[in-house]
Amino acid sequence: MTTTALPRRTYLNHEFGIKSWLLTKDHKRIGLLYLVFVTLAFMLGGLFAAGIRAELTTPAGDLVSSDTYNKLFTMHGIMMVFFVLIPAVPAILGNFVLPLMIGAKDVAFPKINLISWYIFVIGMFITLSAMVFGGVDTGWTFYTPYSTQASNSNVMATGIGVFITGFSSILTGVNFMVTIHRMRAPGMTWFRLPLLVWALYATSLVQILGTPVIAITVFMLALERGLGFGIFNPVLGGDPVLFQHLFWFYSHPAVYIMILPPMGVISEVIACFSRKSIFGYSFVAFSSLAIAVFGFVVWAHHLFVAGISPYSAMVFSFLSFAVAIPSAVKTFNWTATMYKGAIWWKAPMFYVFGFMGLFLVGGLTGLFLAALGLDVHLHDTYFVVAHFHYIMVGGAIMGFFAGLHYYWPKITGRMYSDTLGKFSAVLIFVGFNLTFFPQFVLGYLGMPRRYHAYPPEFQVFNVLSTAGATVLAVGYALPVLYFTYSIFKGEAAGNNPWGATGLEWTTQSPPLPENFPDQPVVTEEAYDYSKREIKVA
Amino acid sequence: MLSAIPLFPAQASTFAADVDRLYFLILAVTSFFAIAVVIFVAIFAVKYRDESGTKVGAPIHGSIPLELAWSFIPFVIALGIFAYATVVYFELVRPPAETLQIYSTGKRWMWRFQHISGRAEINELHVPRGRPVKVTFTSEDVLHDLYIPAFRVKADAIPGRYSEIWFEPSQAGTFHLFCAEYCGTSHSGMIGRVVVMEPADYQAWLSGSDGQPLAVRGQQLFQQLGCVSCHLNDGTGRGPSLAGVYGAKVELANGAGVVADDGYIRESILTPQMKLVSGFQPVMPTFQGLVNEEGVMSLIEYIKSLPPAVKPAAQAAQAPAAPPAQR
Repeated sequence: MTTTALPRRTYLNHEFGIKSWLLTKDHKRIGLLYLVFVTLAFMLGGLFAAGIRAELTTPAGDLVSSDTYNKLFTMHGIMMVFFVLIPAVPAILGNFVLPLMIGAKDVAFPKINLISWYIFVIGMFITLSAMVFGGVDTGWTFYTPYSTQASNSNVMATGIGVFITGFSSILTGVNFMVTIHRMRAPGMTWFRLPLLVWALYATSLVQILGTPVIAITVFMLALERGLGFGIFNPVLGGDPVLFQHLFWFYSHPAVYIMILPPMGVISEVIACFSRKSIFGYSFVAFSSLAIAVFGFVVWAHHLFVAGISPYSAMVFSFLSFAVAIPSAVKTFNWTATMYKGAIWWKAPMFYVFGFMGLFLVGGLTGLFLAALGLDVHLHDTYFVVAHFHYIMVGGAIMGFFAGLHYYWPKITGRMYSDTLGKFSAVLIFVGFNLTFFPQFVLGYLGMPRRYHAYPPEFQVFNVLSTAGATVLAVGYALPVLYFTYSIFKGEAAGNNPWGATGLEWTTQSPPLPENFPDQPVVTEEAYDYSKREIKVA
Repeated sequence: MLSAIPLFPAQASTFAADVDRLYFLILAVTSFFAIAVVIFVAIFAVKYRDESGTKVGAPIHGSIPLELAWSFIPFVIALGIFAYATVVYFELVRPPAETLQIYSTGKRWMWRFQHISGRAEINELHVPRGRPVKVTFTSEDVLHDLYIPAFRVKADAIPGRYSEIWFEPSQAGTFHLFCAEYCGTSHSGMIGRVVVMEPADYQAWLSGSDGQPLAVRGQQLFQQLGCVSCHLNDGTGRGPSLAGVYGAKVELANGAGVVADDGYIRESILTPQMKLVSGFQPVMPTFQGLVNEEGVMSLIEYIKSLPPAVKPAAQAAQAPAAPPAQR
């Protein structure tokens, strides 16, 4: 292999100094700013998870106190949901590649993009200080009346942190949507858009329409906790179940904020490493929109045992089954994309294989929970914990890692060790399954969630789970090491190390501050591999 | 049961087997799809592998018939599962007409169970085998959830309203009872056991208590709280007669109708103005704070025990001669 030099002028070296980062309006730099803070949140969330797993190794609650345990799972959830899963792909990868993919110089509102990051950091700082000064113990779901009447922890400060962070998400959604509408290069028609762009578009829709609802809900919670309004408290004429409706009206669609962008990443990577156009492009594109829209009408499947009418439960069960179909369609299309491809086994593709396996299990176990007669037994057990971790960690984080490994040479201009990349993909896959598969068994046996201590016969599965979490931790730590190493010692990647289609691969790596030397013009469909002559280093 | 390393929960209620059948059906269907996709991905990944990275794939862009097939067929299968699961669900949420009634309240961090014969217990629930049991319950503080895995039943305990679960134990033994809705510090300590006994043993167990029948306690409370001065059984009082009202349809002042079930009676005691009975003045004070959840439950049991008023009205119902032990 020849060592090509890095380009002379890039977005990384055209300005220096802390000020050039903190006041940057460059979408690429802002993406990296998010990467730093999301990584921090991921490490903290992982640390809390380690505490949970260590405690659950033995049936007795003997490592930490009950209150500490309750704070650990609450803060694990809050960190991971609001500060990792929601921003990971849109705010890091989306920010970096969206303008590059559509041939734009930047997002539509670069200043608002920077403001979004500041709002995110302020929200995160407030939430973290709530954690440092005593923590919060309501569960990330903040269910009333516990959160308003009973909890002695920092509910208000955490609520304010989450409330503020939400605006970052809304502004990013608006920014992306306008960017996709207004900033596409000549010739980049809607049906030539890469599928990650479609996925980010669908996600923006959910961010814009859903996030204000959680803001309002948290605000009402604050009114009741702080000023004694009777919104959710039955003693004052409120309704505790109303909170659950409002909370899930955002938080179920939020699951799609977390999973749709990684799905978009998977479409990019699978097409590239199969050297084929994606099978059923328009079906994959529209299934993203279908998921975003249907995602708003399934929230009450979180309330099947919360005293809602059996008839409304029936409607929500039906809609929940319906939302499974577009996800199934995507999976079938990805599989079919590989048919008669030329599959190049590189590290990003290994993460796609991992995603496929874990997302399948996560998605299909959703059917168990959508099934009314079965959900009564499974609701609030470890079956649910396993299910959503398969979606959020197995699906979303695996997809994020696929994207990170795919775009890393573009972001830094340097290659990481492919072997180590594959090795950690395998470690994560094995560790993940070892951690969460036993929890399906635990759940069907009836072990409830959020239990500090549990009956001794459940111990075997909990020990397996803790062992798996250890492997998983190693799998997640490795990329931090080899990515960091690659920044200093990695080989120069060149413009297009993967031989991929797409405008982002036509410019230099790392890209110019203004992305492209000249305005790119699009003349072909996305993923038009079959007409290409591919050269790779 | 509480064995060493369980892989599957005990089937201790009549519909546990129904729920498990549904589980295995969905497991079979989903496993089929998961394994099929994994096999295809594995075959394609190996068969079409290209280590050079320079070859290109076949120019295939999609197939409308395939797309329609793999949208439509899974949808039909999903519909089938939905229908089956909904049938099982309606079995779970619709108690039969004749059940053994038990009342319960959850509070941080214990469950109290009240049998109508008078015996009460904490974190333990004794029930007879082979008889449908209905537990009506609420919470005195935050959300809780009454969960008995061996019976495959669960429902949230919600302050301010009643929830119910029902089950017919099919097997004698001791089973877990959990709080499944997070409720704070000792959430994982809010557990107990369900003891399913042979009917004769259960009767013996019930009689081993000096507690008064619930309806009798309700009647005493009815007098202590002064309810009796307005709710005359002949219908001439300032409040409506309560004789035979339980389970009957009540016409409200706003023209709507409501069935006088447990929830309605509880609401009428605690917030009497919410659903005013047609033809009566809103003069009843609230009893919020004057009577606790268990008191309300005993009042309901007393009202249930009142026989329908017989005309002429002079024949007002006396004390509940023999509180109906079975319901």
